[in-house]
Amino acid sequence: MSTAAVVTTEEVAPQRARVRRGRSSRKIAAPLLFLTPFLLLFAVFILIPIGYSIYISLFSVSTSGLGLSGATSQHFVGLHNYGTALTDPAFTSGVLRMLLFGVVQIPVMLGLALTCALLLDWGRVKLRRFFRLAFFLPYGIPGVLAAILWGFLYVPGISPIVSILGHTPVGHVDFLGQNLALWSIANIVTWEYTGYNMLIIFAALQALPRDLFEAARLDGATDWKVATRVKIPLVFPALVLTGVFSIIGTLQLFSEPEVMRTLSGTITSTYTPNLMAYTQAFTFNNPNYAAAIAVLLAVGTFILSFGFLKFTQRRAAAAVA
Amino acid sequence: MSATTLGSPRGSERRRARNRSPEPGGASRVQASQVLAMAFLFVMGLYFLLPVWWLVVSSTKTTGGLFSSFGFWFGHSFALFTNVRGVFTFEGSIFIQWILNTILYAGVGAVVGTLLSASAGFALAKYRFAGRELVFSVILGGVLIPGTALALPLYLLMSKFGLTNTIWSVLLPSMVSPFGVYLARVYAGSSVPEELLEAARVDGAGEVRIFRTIVLRILSPALVTIFLFQFVAIWTNFFLPLVMLSSTRLYPITLGLYTWNTQYGQTPNLYAYVVTGAMISVIPLIVAFLSLQRFWRSGLTAGSVKL
Repeated sequence: MSTAAVVTTEEVAPQRARVRRGRSSRKIAAPLLFLTPFLLLFAVFILIPIGYSIYISLFSVSTSGLGLSGATSQHFVGLHNYGTALTDPAFTSGVLRMLLFGVVQIPVMLGLALTCALLLDWGRVKLRRFFRLAFFLPYGIPGVLAAILWGFLYVPGISPIVSILGHTPVGHVDFLGQNLALWSIANIVTWEYTGYNMLIIFAALQALPRDLFEAARLDGATDWKVATRVKIPLVFPALVLTGVFSIIGTLQLFSEPEVMRTLSGTITSTYTPNLMAYTQAFTFNNPNYAAAIAVLLAVGTFILSFGFLKFTQRRAAAAVA
Repeated sequence: MSATTLGSPRGSERRRARNRSPEPGGASRVQASQVLAMAFLFVMGLYFLLPVWWLVVSSTKTTGGLFSSFGFWFGHSFALFTNVRGVFTFEGSIFIQWILNTILYAGVGAVVGTLLSASAGFALAKYRFAGRELVFSVILGGVLIPGTALALPLYLLMSKFGLTNTIWSVLLPSMVSPFGVYLARVYAGSSVPEELLEAARVDGAGEVRIFRTIVLRILSPALVTIFLFQFVAIWTNFFLPLVMLSSTRLYPITLGLYTWNTQYGQTPNLYAYVVTGAMISVIPLIVAFLSLQRFWRSGLTAGSVKL
């Protein structure tokens, strides 16, 4: 900027003109230059795979001749793979399982996250910094390692939880059995992401203007009323955000059940839609069918998260009106 | 307010204001709910920390000790150093290779990815051009695409070019972060002043130089936030390396420990190695990112403003 100081008035005029003339071409050139590297990778690693996935999901591989040595050929089958998936009990039960999982796990997790965030935002609680750190900590632990870790806490013989419960009236609890396996996975997911969601809500709470609460308090509102009538409605957008992220995460569920598969007979290779796609592609060597499942999953995620966004927006609008 | 005001007329006024609590008996009720709140937070704290405590305690035990002693407390022997040596020397010290790979994938991937996001976010925030909103919407749509739905077709495409089972097959896709672009746009929009860009242009600085010397400097706290998000996203991403990599020398820590976790039948000692390996890889990262916590918060605030 020091150069500006030595520029004389005679020099400024032509320079300005040059800048102005260059502006129109720069208008496109500069943003293009800044966007291209990202967009290039975005196209190669996101757009093209989506397109390719849709493309191969419309084909099927058949082996001509007698199995082993026969040549394989691809032929167009239209939406056949989608039809197969939607009528495949393995796929539909996996989807239903994820819906059940989401309907229970997401509200529990977000309820805990919201409660923790409100409490940590409340001036009367001590050790706030410590709790915030403690709750957020599991977010840094990858799902695979969290599942391995919790796996040890579920397996009888190693798990101190199972052995403690064995000494109580609860008795022996089979965390990996048919009744509890899904909820044992839900517990791992809750453990991993409650703190992350809490921090999103907490950040939104902290960004609210403090004098608003003071005003409510002067009007005679208790802390409880301030929390439920002022704070929660104001951080509603943050709750919606965490809701959408949670829906996406739930439908993608893979690492936790994949790790727990070695511990529990209940968790099959089609336990979640994602696990099923993986198995179809790599165990049964059927990438076309796997692609159809992946596309269905992506579409389902889109519909659910957009539907959720629209639903909550309408409710928010209705609440204002 | 300073302590000197206490006892002054203003201080007593404040005390009176506090006594004017909304309802009678409010003070004791507040105290009761305070106790309740603390109890709740303690229980939650226990829930989040106990598994990590188990991990730390268990990394000091032999495989036999894992099965024979109470999980939440130390056993008879202190085998931490034996375990650590075991983890680092098992299978020709492959664990060290896994650490280096993880640093490469998550570290380099996040650094390059952050710069790409910053430049794209800056362009979307500070230039007006046709199709800008469309480009932004498409990028935002990318946030909603499940990463696992992309990994499969990506694997098939990459295998056509012989790129699977290379470091590039994990590193390159990890660099793309639509969420990073979103954050960068929000930050650049709110913290890079238009006048400063204009002034630099008048001084004759080119757009690239403006970006390198001015914009990146202003955005640097935001860049740390974007870097952290992407680092953790890559570090916790299990599906992509699982799909792409077949040779163990290329594995990140997560995939490596996952593989060990499936081989207990052959090597019983692996129980202790998996636990200790997990401890070694988790603890430094937790320390690092907890000490950077303020950057997380600022990112999460920005993330929740717009939606």
